[in-house]
Amino acid sequence: MDALKKELKESIIEQLNLEDFTVEDIADDDALFGDGLGLDSIDALELIVMLDKDYGIKLTDPNEGKAVFVSVEVLATYIAKHRTK
Amino acid sequence: MKKQLKIIAYCHIKNNTISINGKSIIAKDKDLSFSDFVKQIYKEKQLAYPKFFKMDNLCKLAFLTSEFLFEAAKLDSKIIKHTGIVLSNSASSLDTDRKYQDTITDKDNYFPSPAVFVYTLANIMIGEISIRHQIKGENAFFVSEKFNETLIEHYASSLITNKKSSHILCGWVDMDNNNYDAFMYLVSEEGLYNYSKKIIKKTYTQN
Repeated sequence: MDALKKELKESIIEQLNLEDFTVEDIADDDALFGDGLGLDSIDALELIVMLDKDYGIKLTDPNEGKAVFVSVEVLATYIAKHRTK
Repeated sequence: MKKQLKIIAYCHIKNNTISINGKSIIAKDKDLSFSDFVKQIYKEKQLAYPKFFKMDNLCKLAFLTSEFLFEAAKLDSKIIKHTGIVLSNSASSLDTDRKYQDTITDKDNYFPSPAVFVYTLANIMIGEISIRHQIKGENAFFVSEKFNETLIEHYASSLITNKKSSHILCGWVDMDNNNYDAFMYLVSEEGLYNYSKKIIKKTYTQN
């Protein structure tokens, strides 16, 4: 699980162009949206694409996305359970 | 009656060099890629605007040019908020259009990028400048083969004459692959330099 969380942090930084962040700056329970990393709605869409592309998970229910993208910890747990690749 | 307009300040970014009012203020290694060039400028200017890194190259170029220009112009924030913006270029958003196309050409690897898609419109650069400075003035964006100073001059004059805005941010911001050219100037009824299409053409080609 730790390897997946590190991988997720690296992907989030790279794919969402969080130039000012390093893996060490993101705590497992930091909020991805709002006061945490400060991601926006376009970032949310980009995360949905990332889930599909990298882990074979298709998120179609917006409410599900809201629950999944709480933090790296929650996201990693969800991926570990639902990944198809 | 058409008013005699003035140029408050102008900024040219080209070949990894930044000049303000005709004077070079920053000159980086010509071999530096555009991405590395703007990253260095961002850090040196300590802009602290994380959204900058989410922008496409066209927006980054427009954003930085406007940053230097507004800094040189020293305008009151109330005036900036009502500034009109009239920009133009030749490549529109082609640079980003190609990047987006890359994400949708392979049927077996079809993952359209929302973050790239939002920049597949050239006038997004006006939006980014407006968001940064909370500008609510009128704006227009034109695509032409070359910098058409006559068209820009007519439009800017019209906005000022009709009291739509007292200040207009005008210019040319072109980006395609690693080739770029940004020339912006602020026009108003008061300023340091006389404004005419001839002067603009001369200033643009000389700097």
